[in-house]
Amino acid sequence: MTDWIEVGQLNDIPKLGSRVIKTLNGDIAVFRNSQDEVFALRDACPHKQGPLSQGIVHGKSVTCPLHNWKISLENGEALGPDEGCTGVYAVKLEGEKIFLNLNN
Amino acid sequence: MKEKLVVIGNGMAGMRTVEELLQIAPEKFDITVFGAEPYGNYNRILLSPVLAGEKTINDIMLNDLQWYEENNITLHKGVKVTGIDRKKCKVTADNDLVVDYDRLLIATGSDPFIIPVPGHELPGVISFRDIHDVDLMLDAAKTKKHAVVIGGGLLGLEAANGLMKQGMSVTVVHLMDWLMERQMDEVSGAMLKKSLEEKGMQFMLKASTSEITGDGKVQGVKFTDGSELAADLVVMAVGIRPNISLAKQVGLHCERGIVVNDTMQTFDPKIYSVGECVQHRGSTYGLVAPLFEMAKVCANHLAAYGIGIYKGSITSTKLKVTGIDLFSAGDFMGNETTEDIVVRDAKRGIYKKIVINDDKIAGAVLYGDTIDGAWYFQLMREKTNIRDIRDQLMFGQAHLGDSGHGGNVVANMSDDAEICGCNGVCKGDIVNAITSKGLFTLEDVRAHTKASSSCGSCTGLVEQLLESTLGGDYSVPEAKPLCACTEHTHDYVREEIRKQHLTSIPDVYKSLNWKSEDGCASCRMALNYYLLSTWPKEYSDDPQSRFINERAHANIQKDGTYSVIPRMWGGMTTPNELRAIADVAEKFGLETVHVTGGQRIGLYGVKKENLPTVWKDLNDRGLVSGHAYGKALRTVKTCVGREWCRFGTQDSTAIGIKLEKMTWGSWMPHKFKMAASGCPRNCAEATIKDFGVVCVDSGYELHIGGNGGVKVRATDLLCKVNTEEEVLEYCAAFVQLYREQARYLERTAPWIERVGFSYVKESVVDNAEKRKELAARFKISQEENETQDDPWKMRSTDGRDQAQFIPLKVVG
Repeated sequence: MTDWIEVGQLNDIPKLGSRVIKTLNGDIAVFRNSQDEVFALRDACPHKQGPLSQGIVHGKSVTCPLHNWKISLENGEALGPDEGCTGVYAVKLEGEKIFLNLNN
Repeated sequence: MKEKLVVIGNGMAGMRTVEELLQIAPEKFDITVFGAEPYGNYNRILLSPVLAGEKTINDIMLNDLQWYEENNITLHKGVKVTGIDRKKCKVTADNDLVVDYDRLLIATGSDPFIIPVPGHELPGVISFRDIHDVDLMLDAAKTKKHAVVIGGGLLGLEAANGLMKQGMSVTVVHLMDWLMERQMDEVSGAMLKKSLEEKGMQFMLKASTSEITGDGKVQGVKFTDGSELAADLVVMAVGIRPNISLAKQVGLHCERGIVVNDTMQTFDPKIYSVGECVQHRGSTYGLVAPLFEMAKVCANHLAAYGIGIYKGSITSTKLKVTGIDLFSAGDFMGNETTEDIVVRDAKRGIYKKIVINDDKIAGAVLYGDTIDGAWYFQLMREKTNIRDIRDQLMFGQAHLGDSGHGGNVVANMSDDAEICGCNGVCKGDIVNAITSKGLFTLEDVRAHTKASSSCGSCTGLVEQLLESTLGGDYSVPEAKPLCACTEHTHDYVREEIRKQHLTSIPDVYKSLNWKSEDGCASCRMALNYYLLSTWPKEYSDDPQSRFINERAHANIQKDGTYSVIPRMWGGMTTPNELRAIADVAEKFGLETVHVTGGQRIGLYGVKKENLPTVWKDLNDRGLVSGHAYGKALRTVKTCVGREWCRFGTQDSTAIGIKLEKMTWGSWMPHKFKMAASGCPRNCAEATIKDFGVVCVDSGYELHIGGNGGVKVRATDLLCKVNTEEEVLEYCAAFVQLYREQARYLERTAPWIERVGFSYVKESVVDNAEKRKELAARFKISQEENETQDDPWKMRSTDGRDQAQFIPLKVVG
């Protein structure tokens, strides 16, 4: 079984935005930053499970829409004095295509 | 290879600079620190509580040795720098160590001043400056009885209080007519003396020390008038002197302190200096708040960002003696050109004096009740015109229409008293975090404890806690930067957007030297609003710089679903609309249907992917977005007015609907609520709205700046007008003034308190021409950017912006 699933094109996600992948194990948020890097996290803030896909993306982090926790897009960890971590998924770009690996 | 930074001085100013530097340019320097004391960096201002036995040394450590290791900083503790070779860029230490530097930071602080009277070198004569001094005093207190403290200033009284707590009998000797003459006037100084005497402290005022007597150790103090006091411990606390000996020795220009420019550079451009050792624009400082402002600027320039200048500080003082409340700031003595307002209640032990110059606070001294110190200080620093609040000034901020949390005296609360009701943070948690984590600012406390980080209504209490825990060392920065991405304030950024004709967010970043590549969740939303409101014809909205609610045109709820609230114009609805809402609720299984405070109906639990269909169904029956999710015009609440009510004087419902039709869809700095009541009984509660109309028989009273939320504030009566047309014009002008001038996320109530009601009245009422221009600009902005096109219809029927509502992919 191949691990990498094609989930869409880079342009399907707005710059500094996010889109949701629905899976049997819950939602995954795929982010695109201003440098056109892509990241994927479990779509749940470690604080109170807020949907990170609806947050504001800046640099390599996203601010959760519920209580403003800042989460690293690279490792899913809460930044600043907050503590917690959400799941990270491997994601890669091949040309314009985005591939996601569900085995986190 | 990294550049080398050497820091001479391991105290609060030097290490704060290093901390700031590590935050903004962590990879730039290899850092070496020399500290003469054999410890890590500790909070010197909390030495008094240590002496008083209220805290331990461990409580006041700011940076332990582990911190230096973690940040790859080489610390030479207990090592004194003896020379600097400015040509070869090397420093030499007393252990023969030689270290090269590319940049050097001198933060040698200050030394206690010792009066050179005979006997000043006797064992038992000590100063009050560092841990070593505190250890000596604690030691002495174990065996000795009589202490004399020379100096009745802040430091002397804190030392005397500590020694008294340790069981000694203490006499404070002071040269001047009253205590703390640099911070207090004669009346408050006398009240302070009385309170301290009640605690058991003894005083000798107008006493000049001539000699310290003793044979091999201290035995007494002699005065110029011939009198004498027995003593087996003498603490000299008459003042501090900037420690400039090293700088002087290596030829750096010094006067009273090491002279620095506005970027904290000395006369040698490779050498910077911060803290108590510097002299900036002729002033030296002995409190912590200015040091921190210096540290920020210095770090910025060390990191080669080259922005930010230090303009000097205005400081305030609080005495850290438990049970004594004292606050002073600015020119509290006044002169022939100033006016005083004084409240004096000897029985309650309360004295308050505010010195006013040209309608602005020039200084204040408070004794016994210092709860409003922070507020007066803020008014003073921001040079707020107090003309409009002069009659209430002395009663404090709590009396400015604040029936929220005002009036609580935080110092009297128990440790388990809840301060932040949103996040459940108690007083003890906050005080603990301030001392154990070394916090100094409101932002620090918000980040570490979450207190005051949600609705903000406890901000004043948290500021009081900072103040009472840190004493005079806490202060709000004079000009708060918009966010951590920039040094600039809201007002400056907005002005530059206008002046430089900046029309996009990247333009702002570039022209104003933003520190982060694409801003943060705070500044992006503010900039999007400023650009949109400044350039309604040119700017195109950036959805990624809007909070999710405004991006999705619905309110996100705690489970990630949304609420949908259609507009009900002027609070009026029809059977058909109610049926439409009921149908949608049933069709989508929305069990929670709630009548809102703004006279409309909210549907809860809508999944994001269903929003466009929900909207379509509502649109089809004539309902449009209520903007309940936006920093925008929310609702216009009305009563039924003279159409039905036997008391109604005008058609308040009709005027409400007209106001709503005119203003709906407009983006604002914050949410904006209106109401129109048909008579002075005011059933629509127009006097707690941002803009309220109260109909009277002869016309319409217009009210502004009310708020029914966090902090209840009744409106100010703006004026009375005669016709509906005038109501609409004044409303448009007021809204536009608010849109153009308030800071992002500032409601009308605090905005009006900041700029002054008179200013608003002058702009909207007194100056007819300005009013018409404002109203015209509002009209233009309402015509641009599809402002009054229903955003729900665009995203349902018109198929705009669909991606966010559908998953990118469904797997499995």
